[in-house]
Amino acid sequence: MTQTPVAEGLFTVPSGPDEQPALIASEHDGRLSFPPRPGGTPYLLKRRGTLWSFTSQNFRPPVPYDGDDTVETFQPYLVGYVELEGELIVEGRLTDCTIDQLELGLPMELRLVPYTTRPDGTEVLTYAFAPVSGDEEVAR
Amino acid sequence: MSSPEVAIIGVGLHPFGRHGDKLCVQMGAEATQQALADAGLAWSDVQVAAVGSYEVSNPDSIVGWLGPTGIPVRAVFNGCATGGTTLQVAAQSIRLGEADIAVAIGMDKHPRGAFGGDPASAGLPQWYGQTGLFLTTHFFGMKINRYMREHGISQETLAKVAAKNLYNGSITPEAWRNKPIPAEEILNADIVNYPLTQYMYCNPDEGAAAVVLCRADLAHRYTSTPIFLRASELRTRLEGGFEVQAPSLPLEIPPSPTVAASRAAFEAAGIGPSDVDVAQLQDTDAGSEVIHLAESGFCADGEQEQWIADGLTTIAGRLPVNTDGGLIANGEPIGASGLRQIRELVVQLRGQAGARQVQNNPQVGYAHLYGAPGASAVTILSR
Repeated sequence: MTQTPVAEGLFTVPSGPDEQPALIASEHDGRLSFPPRPGGTPYLLKRRGTLWSFTSQNFRPPVPYDGDDTVETFQPYLVGYVELEGELIVEGRLTDCTIDQLELGLPMELRLVPYTTRPDGTEVLTYAFAPVSGDEEVAR
Repeated sequence: MSSPEVAIIGVGLHPFGRHGDKLCVQMGAEATQQALADAGLAWSDVQVAAVGSYEVSNPDSIVGWLGPTGIPVRAVFNGCATGGTTLQVAAQSIRLGEADIAVAIGMDKHPRGAFGGDPASAGLPQWYGQTGLFLTTHFFGMKINRYMREHGISQETLAKVAAKNLYNGSITPEAWRNKPIPAEEILNADIVNYPLTQYMYCNPDEGAAAVVLCRADLAHRYTSTPIFLRASELRTRLEGGFEVQAPSLPLEIPPSPTVAASRAAFEAAGIGPSDVDVAQLQDTDAGSEVIHLAESGFCADGEQEQWIADGLTTIAGRLPVNTDGGLIANGEPIGASGLRQIRELVVQLRGQAGARQVQNNPQVGYAHLYGAPGASAVTILSR
């Protein structure tokens, strides 16, 4: 199945199973921006962090949301902010979890997930954070 | 208290709600006529006007309904802080000597449903909207969720705040929502954005409000109960603020613009939070009202749990908040919402609020607005 990122320059896409995705920020005089701003130095953000806050999105967002669902088939999703130590607090969808599992400070890691399918069958990827599985520690 | 330069001598309200095909500017004109009648004036007496709206791109078209008299008419839009800014612009005209009599008008007529739109309008990339992040409502869910966990606020408290506002709406003839809903039912209603349920949010709707202002030393010509404008302050967000529609935040987050606007307003008025007898706080959702109690300086973070349990913000409480039901019971026509707050404070300070009249012989009223993209307006009124 063909996959494409929702936007160029937003995150790196692994070319093989040994690679991991990363969000692309930009650095301007020591300050980080995400999404990246023009004119800065590209900076790959940490893949792991801790949950800073979260909520659920229980209604289908208005345009320009381009999910392939309808008001009838819409499935609620979770949204949160994840604190990347020493860098930024980044907003994104949350994946592979239910709201009951979530608490402030929970270790989270970056994933790429398809969130919609275009009419030609291409899956569109965005980034999301999932609880770190098993006993893995947050990367320091 | 500082000596006032500007007085409010008339207020008008076109009830908020849904009004079919009725034109937004017609609602604005009717609210203005009501405010002028309240002041005993005619539109031809008005020397300058400020008009706020989101949906009407040329709000000065209202003079087509009121009578084109050639006066300066300034259009204002400042997100959810529009009403406070409109009042401020009208008051500045008086302070600067441009006019003795000014009118502030707010009006809006929003389509149903949550605010969406083009992310580019907020300086954000398209993917942020495509992936379902360009929404204001989930910000409120995340802000209160973190706040609750840090400061010990329960979901029951949020339900009680919404129930209080819906009850106040039920005894306010002009309110949109006129059915009280028990806290228990609010708590168990459908979640919109966790932990906020459907009855804990306000909805966009339609309506208008207007305020007639004059030079304070002239006020007694027009009314025996002038209400004086003691402070009217606007502040915007600081770098890295935790505001709506932020794809990322810095690790150190500065206080909300509400904190700065409120401090500036109290300083300008020469009074403190304990002097306030009746308040209007932006209740986009029940969590916002809880947070704004602390950000405005009325209590410390976390004290709201006990405040709400003790009923301190009910009409009979020590600090009645959103006595007409606030945004939760009236909805939010953005351009008009802040002037509805002012109208309610004026009615309360005059002692004309009927079944919802606060019983503490109110001398000082406080109105607060907050919204995208991170702006807050605070107005302080007194008898």
